Amino acid sequence: MPKLIWREPIATTTITSRQPTGEELGPDAVPRAREPEPEPKAEAPRRVVTLGDIAGRESGGLVVLLVAVGILTLASDEFLTGNNLANLARQVAIFGIIAVGQLVVILTAGIDLSVGSVLGLSGASTAQFLVAGMPIWPAFLLGVAIGTVLGIVNGLLVTRALLPPFIATLGMLGIARGIVLVTTDAQTVQGLPSGFQDIANGTILGIPNLLIIAVVVTGVMWFVLSRTVFGRYIYAVGSNPESARLAGVPVRMVTTSVYAISGLLAGLGGVLLASRLGAGIPTAGTGFELNAIAACVIGGASLFGAKGSAIGAATGALIMGVLNNGGNLLAINAFYLQIAIGVLILVAVGFDQLNTRRSATAG
Amino acid sequence: MKAKEPVVELRDVSKAFGPVQALTDVSLRLIPGQVNCLAGENGAGKSTLIRVLTGALRRDSGSYEIDGRSVTSPTPASVRAAGVQAVYQELSLLPHLSVAENLFMGRLPARTGVIATGRLRDRAREALDEVGLTDLSPDAIVERLPAATRQLVEIAKVLTADSVKVVVFDEPTTALTEAESARLLEYILRLRERGIAMLYVTHRLEEMFEIGDWVTVLRDGSLSEAGPISDYDEDRLITAMVGREISSLYPETHRHAGTPALRVRGLRRFHDSPSIDLEVGTGEILGIGGLLGSGRSELLLSIFGADPIVAGELEVAGRPVKPSGPRAMMNAGVGLLTEDRKVLGLLPELSIRENVTIASLRSGSRHGLLPPREQAEEADRLLDSLRLRAGSYDQPVSTLSGGNQQKVLLARWLLTKPKVLIFDEPTKGIDVGAKGELYTVIGDLAAKGLGVIVVSSYLPELLGLADRILVLRDGRVAGELPGTATEEDVLRLASGGGRAAEPVLQEEIPAPREGGPASSEGAGAAIPPTPDDPGEVSRDA
Repeated sequence: MPKLIWREPIATTTITSRQPTGEELGPDAVPRAREPEPEPKAEAPRRVVTLGDIAGRESGGLVVLLVAVGILTLASDEFLTGNNLANLARQVAIFGIIAVGQLVVILTAGIDLSVGSVLGLSGASTAQFLVAGMPIWPAFLLGVAIGTVLGIVNGLLVTRALLPPFIATLGMLGIARGIVLVTTDAQTVQGLPSGFQDIANGTILGIPNLLIIAVVVTGVMWFVLSRTVFGRYIYAVGSNPESARLAGVPVRMVTTSVYAISGLLAGLGGVLLASRLGAGIPTAGTGFELNAIAACVIGGASLFGAKGSAIGAATGALIMGVLNNGGNLLAINAFYLQIAIGVLILVAVGFDQLNTRRSATAG
Repeated sequence: MKAKEPVVELRDVSKAFGPVQALTDVSLRLIPGQVNCLAGENGAGKSTLIRVLTGALRRDSGSYEIDGRSVTSPTPASVRAAGVQAVYQELSLLPHLSVAENLFMGRLPARTGVIATGRLRDRAREALDEVGLTDLSPDAIVERLPAATRQLVEIAKVLTADSVKVVVFDEPTTALTEAESARLLEYILRLRERGIAMLYVTHRLEEMFEIGDWVTVLRDGSLSEAGPISDYDEDRLITAMVGREISSLYPETHRHAGTPALRVRGLRRFHDSPSIDLEVGTGEILGIGGLLGSGRSELLLSIFGADPIVAGELEVAGRPVKPSGPRAMMNAGVGLLTEDRKVLGLLPELSIRENVTIASLRSGSRHGLLPPREQAEEADRLLDSLRLRAGSYDQPVSTLSGGNQQKVLLARWLLTKPKVLIFDEPTKGIDVGAKGELYTVIGDLAAKGLGVIVVSSYLPELLGLADRILVLRDGRVAGELPGTATEEDVLRLASGGGRAAEPVLQEEIPAPREGGPASSEGAGAAIPPTPDDPGEVSRDA
């Protein structure tokens, strides 16, 4: 009777702990673990450093961005002027801040549909506080706090009431918008102090404040996601919440926090928008949630979680901003731009699917 | 009966998966009106044989005949069309649809795309009546039905096929209670009267004797014995299934159990579930055995704090611990390697290194920042020492083979410097070569003074690794055996085929079922001796 052979001779490669070339190897350059004699050295010569190795999943977005910028620079004399770029930065900044907040939620395989409404409520509330005579900074912070609280409510609905994120935040979308329409009676809140308007419209050393804020937000989120324990936990929850829980990750706390972050950034965006427009507009932010999701997806995030980065989301927002800006400069019908952005989303996700499938068959 | 020609005949069938020979020259005859029981340990090749039979796997050599006609390249569809149907252990019903829709899914009666509701209901009614589900409405939603009814609906679905000559049952009673099983077995006997040939796979020996005509025993992928069931008793059957010494691939067992590393007292998962005590010493390997559904994995998850418990005290290295969650147990020094790595262990999108460090990030972190490089380097050293085969520790963990994934999880827990490590089916889905390595590692860990608990349904593994074996049956401890016990001893305790010396096991104890609905009947019956015995008092004491 043939016996099973228990101990097979296995060639084992061990890698030294810090292999200098190992860092740049993409997943498809790596030999399959099951292969009898993986020779990592043999892989080295045919290694080509691609954009993907440097920029990771955002590389597709970066390429699109560079191409769009290049074309617009050639096609329009006005595009690469300081004035237009400052204008572009102001348009994109608020939008980028919300997209980064949305990304953090998407990384946990969740979604936040309420960001547009929360933005509207925070902005209009701040405007009302100011008109009622509240000093600028308390009103500013209170507006941001409103967004944060609504975010925490979203998080609790998801983690405690166990509602699906889509439903919880869809409910909040309606509630927040309804509240702002009730409190403002659907009227624009006007007469904001000029000191408040300067926050979003001012510049430091010629750089728009809004751009600085957006860069800081993106930078902080990049740091949190890539350098902190909390950031690593976010990816772990998005990858497999049950595994994460059994590895000691406080899944509920992390999940609640990401909605709080999204709410906080939506609140910040709302206050900044009110400052930029010099008025609290009750309908501000309508439809922003879908744009924020689109920016994340274009920037390489996966709606199934655990894939994406803050810089990617910001890049996605920038692409959409550049396309809009370029469309205006070239006097292209804005309706065509909507089609273009729709196509861009499909292409971005389509390429990602293709890559995933290819690396799945290869490795 | 003997005059009948076999409807299905497999002769000298072999099948290999890479270097592992799963089946060697196995022959099987299925005769109309006979129940052929397929017996064998886990890993003996039963499921491979079934998959060859149903066309899910292509055989490497040997012949396969249905009704005397040779089947050259079977597919699941062609085999089904030829009359060989299978009822699987994992139900294949769609839970949100109605019974009738499930019965005829894929061939719903319709006119120009519109479902003919009346005709569907009539035909479903017929099919349900045939399996004795006369009071079940065809419009009932499947997910609201009890497990046994679902199993019968599954059978009804199989019987609606155009041609039914052979039905394969793959452990149909695993999820059922005793009473439900009895009903199912009764129905199988009725199918036998209708002249259908059946292949019946089960781990419960008593069922084989109840309904079997013929028994085919597999061992290590080849035919051990086959014959009329009347020639067998329990002992002879077990010997035929086991009949093998434990190979020397397991580490030496010259260990001394030190002070208790983990002590569990009166652990209870539900109010009416039996209470469990166990203890592992430092440097000791405790094995936990039992059949599928005996509550092994659930016990581990409860100890680890991942499943809630209603009562029980836990001590790790002499210190009481409240099992409030995996985090608390982790901090106390307990690690769990789960059975289902994909669902309960790995973070597939994250890199190998990130998977290893995830449980230790907090302890190594200052001000919430990721720990310094040293932790990653320590993780790398651990992975090196476990001989992980990977191109780079930065690649996603999902690109690794099963054995290497298990090593990653092991490294994750070793990095937390545990006092107790719990392994749930450590070698499930791992190729043979990697198994030996893992056994050595587990032995080394115990030798270094860790308390180790291993749960395994593979008996040679359990006996080879463990110093002591706790056998579970129906959620309670059926007995404890020394590491020198034989597979027969374990099987006997686990399947309740015990002697008079173990009176508790002879009783018809309904399995403690999850959730509330069973509590009313379970409360009275869970107390073995007499019904008028004030059971509540003894349970609460």
